[in-house]
Amino acid sequence: MLLRGVVGRPVDRAPVGHAALRLERLAPLQRVDARLRRFGDRSFLVAAWHEAECTLGPVAAALAVSGLVKRYGNVGALAGVDLTVERGELVGLLGPNGAGKSTLVKIACGLVRPSAGRAEVCGARAGTRDARAALGYLAEFFRFPGWTSADELLELHQRLVASDGGMRERGELLDLVGLTEARTRRVEEMSKGMQQRLGIAQALVGKPQLLLLDEPTSALDPVGRRTVRALLEELQRRGVSVLLNSHLLSEVELVCDRVAILLAGKVVAAGTPGELASPRGVEIETDRGVAKYADAVREDVPQLIERLVRDGCSVFGARVLTSTLEEVYVEAVGGETQ
Amino acid sequence: MTATLTIAGYGLREALRRKVFVVVCVLSVAFVVLYWLGTRYTFHHVGNVVPPAGIDARTFAASFLFGMAMFGTLFLGVVLAIFLTLGVVRGDAERGLLQPLVVRPVGRSTVLIARFLGAAAVCVPYVLALYFATMVLTHAEGSWWPDRIVTPGLELAGGVLIVAALSLLGSVFLSPVANGIAIFMLFGAGLVAGLLGNIGHVLNSHGLIHAAKIAAWAVPFEALYQDALRAITENTSGLTGFLLRLGPFGGAEQGGLGLRLWALAYLAVVGAVAVAGFQRRDL
Repeated sequence: MLLRGVVGRPVDRAPVGHAALRLERLAPLQRVDARLRRFGDRSFLVAAWHEAECTLGPVAAALAVSGLVKRYGNVGALAGVDLTVERGELVGLLGPNGAGKSTLVKIACGLVRPSAGRAEVCGARAGTRDARAALGYLAEFFRFPGWTSADELLELHQRLVASDGGMRERGELLDLVGLTEARTRRVEEMSKGMQQRLGIAQALVGKPQLLLLDEPTSALDPVGRRTVRALLEELQRRGVSVLLNSHLLSEVELVCDRVAILLAGKVVAAGTPGELASPRGVEIETDRGVAKYADAVREDVPQLIERLVRDGCSVFGARVLTSTLEEVYVEAVGGETQ
Repeated sequence: MTATLTIAGYGLREALRRKVFVVVCVLSVAFVVLYWLGTRYTFHHVGNVVPPAGIDARTFAASFLFGMAMFGTLFLGVVLAIFLTLGVVRGDAERGLLQPLVVRPVGRSTVLIARFLGAAAVCVPYVLALYFATMVLTHAEGSWWPDRIVTPGLELAGGVLIVAALSLLGSVFLSPVANGIAIFMLFGAGLVAGLLGNIGHVLNSHGLIHAAKIAAWAVPFEALYQDALRAITENTSGLTGFLLRLGPFGGAEQGGLGLRLWALAYLAVVGAVAVAGFQRRDL
């Protein structure tokens, strides 16, 4: 199922999610989009910039996992996980140690074979050549050979993915992760943080459609984390799908479109950070102090202010309180810290 | 094919950068120099020796020394092959070096084949270089050439390739230390089997000869080594030839074409088992 239409200007550089499309010049085609969606919940309109031509068609999710089970002997790592990362979406994977996050990521990139269930990367079964060609991966515990330079390492991976980006791609990637100056430096002469940033650059070689990052900021200092956060936001702008496995809730809350919380091999909570957050009342700052209304919600704010003003208070500000991702997380995992 | 060459080249560059070649070259030069000194002194004195009737002292000394050099060459080649391959899968996976390569669209079998080719590209030239260097030195000092020039060298290199393949197979299932120990013990067991075979020939013990033959074919690097030793004195007859074939540096076992075909099939089977094991392995 493939439809082609000509547009006057670039729609976007790479296949991106439906929401990111600029559809004002494609209005007549929205009907097509609606029809395409009927082919299943993973079908949606995709525009790919290709010499002023817009390619339309149903496109599989960047990562689609269903009923995924993994057992290591008698130990169950995953107990039926369902998860989807749509194109251009940045999904955060949270959970305590041993929840199965790394196993899920490893199955997605073909390092581990599932015991049951299905995992697909851009429509191809996880672990196949097509699936691996579509993804970039940074492992939680990785190491690059100390004798290679940053440039040589990226060149090696360019050859393995048959990327024709050459020196320009390598330069761009090193620039993206702030390692331009370290281009010829050997890995063994780099700090752990630099190696981690090089790892991210390595994962981006060949412009992957899906990026699987397993604890990418674990060895980074606050500045390094900020760099990675900016990088993730840039990837989001470029339409790259990302599955981010991290323990840093603040980081996930800041950059992720959606969050999935794993516990004992199952997804126990999933949604946007906004959807997961629950109301915690309203705070209103007045000349008599801060008044807190624990049961109030956003819609109550005008009435509350009106009442306060009627009572002769001067109102300086109002804040709707919601639970933080950290609170949602603790609630979901029940304080589990295995 | 490009990916195979890329990974093989990566392995070679690693060996180069990690100064593996420098260490190997320095020690090999030391080995060759010591061998040259040994042959020089031996042939200096061999003219003064009055051997029993029917023994050509110069041929005996030359082929004995060259047989010893072949053992040294095989041993050094095996050491090199084992150290280049013992941690290719599990060792590299435990260190986190393998995962970034395996997730690329190159296939696990490609990674394994490439690492084998990388090891072969180092070990085969190395074994042949040592083999021919010691041969030329033996000729220079003792005016002796082996009866077969090229085949024994190729058989030695083949033996080393089989050890490299076994080490790669072991690396799929065993940790580097366990794998290294296992392969060295296997190598030692093969050599002992060969020696037992020689003793069996002396004693005319069919049981020993039979056991040694089975062991040598089960680990064909030993059978190839025995055949190479036999080939260097293939045309040496009389008491000299008889004594040489009693060992320890003369082979009594003839392998022939059947052995070479079996060695190729063995390599293929070991490779297939290693690939199958690697495909099923969670990383």
